Amino acid sequence: MEYVDSLTGFRLDGRRPTDMRQIRGEIGVVPKADGSALFEMGNTKVIAAIYGPREVQNKSQQVNNQALVRCEYSMANFSTGDRARRPKGDRRSTEISLVIRQTMEACILTHLMPRSQIDIFVQVLQADGGTRSACINAATLALADAGIPMCDIVTSCSAGYLSSTPLLDLNYIEDSAGGPDVTVGILAKMDKVTLLQMDAKLPLDIFENVMQLAIEGCKAIAQYIRGVLLENTKQLEYRKGV
Amino acid sequence: MSTMLRELRLSLNQTQRVRLQSALQRLQDMASLASAVTVVADTVPVNHEDSILKGHGTSDLNGEVVAALCGVVERVNKLVYVRSQRARYKPEVGDIIVGRVIEIAPKRWRLEINFSQDAVLMLSSMNLPDGIQRRRTAVDELNMRSIFEENDVICAEVRGFQHDGSLHLQARSQKYGKLERGMLLTVPAYLVKRQKQHFHHLENYGVDLILGCNGFIWVGEHVNSNGENDMMVDQEKREDVVNKSEVGQATYEVRERITPLEIRKHVCRVANSARLLSALGFSLTVEVIVDTVEASISSNTDIKDILAAEFYVQTAEREVQRRVSLTRRKG
Repeated sequence: MEYVDSLTGFRLDGRRPTDMRQIRGEIGVVPKADGSALFEMGNTKVIAAIYGPREVQNKSQQVNNQALVRCEYSMANFSTGDRARRPKGDRRSTEISLVIRQTMEACILTHLMPRSQIDIFVQVLQADGGTRSACINAATLALADAGIPMCDIVTSCSAGYLSSTPLLDLNYIEDSAGGPDVTVGILAKMDKVTLLQMDAKLPLDIFENVMQLAIEGCKAIAQYIRGVLLENTKQLEYRKGV
Repeated sequence: MSTMLRELRLSLNQTQRVRLQSALQRLQDMASLASAVTVVADTVPVNHEDSILKGHGTSDLNGEVVAALCGVVERVNKLVYVRSQRARYKPEVGDIIVGRVIEIAPKRWRLEINFSQDAVLMLSSMNLPDGIQRRRTAVDELNMRSIFEENDVICAEVRGFQHDGSLHLQARSQKYGKLERGMLLTVPAYLVKRQKQHFHHLENYGVDLILGCNGFIWVGEHVNSNGENDMMVDQEKREDVVNKSEVGQATYEVRERITPLEIRKHVCRVANSARLLSALGFSLTVEVIVDTVEASISSNTDIKDILAAEFYVQTAEREVQRRVSLTRRKG
């Protein structure tokens, strides 16, 4: 299949190779949670809820000088085209849970909340490629909403290489083409990479281009997330009054 | 449209939506002068020639002061800190809090108080029902359940942090202790301001209102702290002399008195008003809550309709009026 039109240079869904899908973030979608957020990247839709910092449930896991971060990733049965039953804790979701946990742990200032636990729950409501990135972005928004101290905003975006062109933010069709898929997570302010995944081989010079593209995407998302948080914080402050 | 209906899902009609938005816009215009809102990873501007102290909610990056939270930058002399919203409760010594017993451990109760850990109320840091100052014996320890059980709601005061980092409470006065015949609300802790008075008796309604600093709010039937409680103590004291095991029965008899329907309605009305205000994100003080209750009565709003669209919008508009008159009085 031709993923980039050789004549117009457009992709299958009409984007240019360096275009991102439309992103949207909303804060406070789960009333009972300490922090929550919904994040959409095109048709990919993810919900995140944060509980904590709270008392550690399993005392044997308690850490005396920092908070324990836990993460659970799941996909709703209705999130994909075929309604498949997804057993909890299969290989894929365990791996993504781990990835999200490690990424978020890198930015949370865990030493400020000793002997407590932070639970991150992310669920994919609609899957259209890039769920990993969407989950990380949603988790960042939700953590900021929960008032958990972080050293920086983590954002994530994917990029791929199909039809000899680096493509930003792959959707499901492009993702399942089997080409290389680079997921990058960065700390926006410090300009540090906290996550880098690729399940294929790429020549070094091309890889650098693809990764650079993904980093550009991450920065654009960070800009957007900052705007959402600023608006939300302003609203809360105005409403509270003096 | 971002009206942020976090706790209430309302369907507003066109007019209500417009009214709400203009009210919120006016609130925004009024507040816009004062506060410096910041977001995670924003640089907090400071004058580097002065020596500064980095407070809560800030971190250091290459010599710059960076916010670690979303909130408002506050400056007190040299100190720069970020005051966050919607975070969990941060205890300070002397705060009056409301909590729920979740566990009874040797010589102590564990309470959920919306903090990052459970709080501890030691048997030795509360007054015994018989009111006598003495060493707590093993018998007292066995009778702990007759004082507080699991799931009881309790009012207490923050005593301080122990050196192992756990939070200790105390309840050494008649006004602290078990709360009964009422309901517990949970609101974000930043909406409750620390004030001189956290216990309120709304005389018109026969209702007690306790605004816990941790965002737990108690609305219940008024208990006369001198009269009735003493009676209960007396009764228990007598029971103590006769037979320790009958203490439970004695309190049960006292409990048999039912709360009149009128009072129960008042409790619900006050509770719903507080819920509404927290859903709107307005800070909770007795004055505002009482205002809302009175407005709901004078506009003949049903108790359940306090949480409906029309009264929601009206309350937002009333808050605008209140803040306008406040600023006028100042100016």
